[in-house]
Amino acid sequence: MVQLRRLWKEKYLYLLLLPGLIYFIVYRYVPMLGNVIAFQDFSPFQGFLHSDWVGMKHFVKIFEDKEVIRVIWNTLYLSFLQILFAFPASVVLSLLLNEVRNGKFKRIVQSIVYLPHFLSWVVVIGIATVFLKTNGVVNQLLHSVFGMEPIAFMQEPGWFMPLIVLEVIWKETGWGTIIFLAALAGVSPALYEAAIVDGANRWRQIWHITLPAIRSTIVILLILRLGSVLDVGFEQIFLMLNPLNKEIGNVLDTFVYFKGIEQSDFSFATAVGLFKSFVGLVLIVGANRLAKRFGEEGVY
Amino acid sequence: MIRSNSRLSRAADIINYCVLILIGIAMLFPFYYMVVVSFSSYADFVQQDMLLWPKTWLLDAYEFILGSKVLFRSIGVTIFVTVAATLFSLLLTAMMAYALARNIMGQRYFLFMILFTFVFSAGIIPTYLVVKETHLLDSFWSLIIPSAINSFNLIVMRQFFLSIPNELSEAALIDGANDLQIFSRVILPLSKPSLAAFGLFYAVSNWNAYFNAILYISDPAKWTVQVVLRQIVVLGQTKATLSDAAQMAMAQNPPPTETVGMAAILIATIPILVVYPFLQKHFAKGVMLGAVKG
Repeated sequence: MVQLRRLWKEKYLYLLLLPGLIYFIVYRYVPMLGNVIAFQDFSPFQGFLHSDWVGMKHFVKIFEDKEVIRVIWNTLYLSFLQILFAFPASVVLSLLLNEVRNGKFKRIVQSIVYLPHFLSWVVVIGIATVFLKTNGVVNQLLHSVFGMEPIAFMQEPGWFMPLIVLEVIWKETGWGTIIFLAALAGVSPALYEAAIVDGANRWRQIWHITLPAIRSTIVILLILRLGSVLDVGFEQIFLMLNPLNKEIGNVLDTFVYFKGIEQSDFSFATAVGLFKSFVGLVLIVGANRLAKRFGEEGVY
Repeated sequence: MIRSNSRLSRAADIINYCVLILIGIAMLFPFYYMVVVSFSSYADFVQQDMLLWPKTWLLDAYEFILGSKVLFRSIGVTIFVTVAATLFSLLLTAMMAYALARNIMGQRYFLFMILFTFVFSAGIIPTYLVVKETHLLDSFWSLIIPSAINSFNLIVMRQFFLSIPNELSEAALIDGANDLQIFSRVILPLSKPSLAAFGLFYAVSNWNAYFNAILYISDPAKWTVQVVLRQIVVLGQTKATLSDAAQMAMAQNPPPTETVGMAAILIATIPILVVYPFLQKHFAKGVMLGAVKG
């Protein structure tokens, strides 16, 4: 009774909540339940109420299908490359920017390096396509300086992964510095002054003051990155894929798209997607525990 | 910041400045190259050792694009979708965030429901099937509704509403206002700068959205600008995509794919460059997005 009265008192707040709530239920939670088709031989004509239940068949298939194994490997390998190269790039750029004493110069550089973040992947890859054509500027440069034969960067499978990582570095490194620079803005200048009095040079100051100041930020971002190790960016990969590099470049998200949407193999594609979501959940919870064990705050 | 001024330190400074200038050039050069290519002739593009300045500035690529309705129709579609989706997202996000910022019954469960979407995603196929079942396929609504609320933005906006002093709402309550009136007459006007920031971020992501467009839209008449750009630049299907212009240009020599592609990208990127200075004011919000804790 008390609760009903409270509900009535807050009726307008629930009214405000309702549209968002419906959105979350229909477009976030119903699809979660929709994952049951991974345990069926789903056919759109029969719907998920009347399709045949087949248990774990599709999940068993994941580990027997050579293509899926290959795709999982591609995903992990690409994620590994991104953590190894793209992640530290932001840390290094923040350290460089943090050492700049001229405020105006710093702001100009920041404005420039943040810009690519706001371009779409279509635009970035469109520019890269023309940039890296066999008669594009990169090949012209390689030819005139080193006398090299033109390289078909976009078609050669061997260049797929390096290009993906380079594109991510170009687009997101600048934006990635924002959070580190925010953490560094909170460092008291008195720490640096004290270090100078103690005779610490620039490297020592970076090592003993700047880096420790962003350590917990680095750890938290790494945890988040580990939790999404199977997410390598659908749009970018999808746009970079072509028949020549598909074997080396197909990752879980693009595989699910091709299997499910293009070939209408809904159940198997959903099983692969569910497998991915579930591993992601386990990874983020595990990484968070790990962080707490090491005395960091964790993400939640 | 006071730093030691040894000669070594000054040398390190100079190196640091040079490295940052080089990084800046690396970020800007592709833009410059894009402009140069869009005004070049095919001969310039192919033959010069390194194309840094066109021998002759040509408007061919731009004239070719102007001869086609396709790109401009897609820009029109994208403007419509961006404006509609941004307003819709803002409204839904603000309403829900405000309700959750007040101490309503069941608040904990609603918050958990939102935070859970951070760690577990429903997946592409089931979401696609729901969009299909709700009859949004091939409709502009498919670009607006399924991505209406960004969970991160919602949590950050709630955090913002929590920071507004309670006294304001209480004063309005004493004056006889109900919660709807407090939200629309007190809270929203007070939050204009913050809503503008969220709106800008929503707008940029709507303008750049590509995934939903290829997933849910198959009718070429409803293609957004990103989809058309992909056809022209990444797939190199300039003539098939801009077929009306190609037919007109058949008599003369149509300009090459590369220059048309760069011109199209430039036109489609202008809106981003226009809002960029306004976005910059709100980068601190981007920091907040990263700093969210549940």
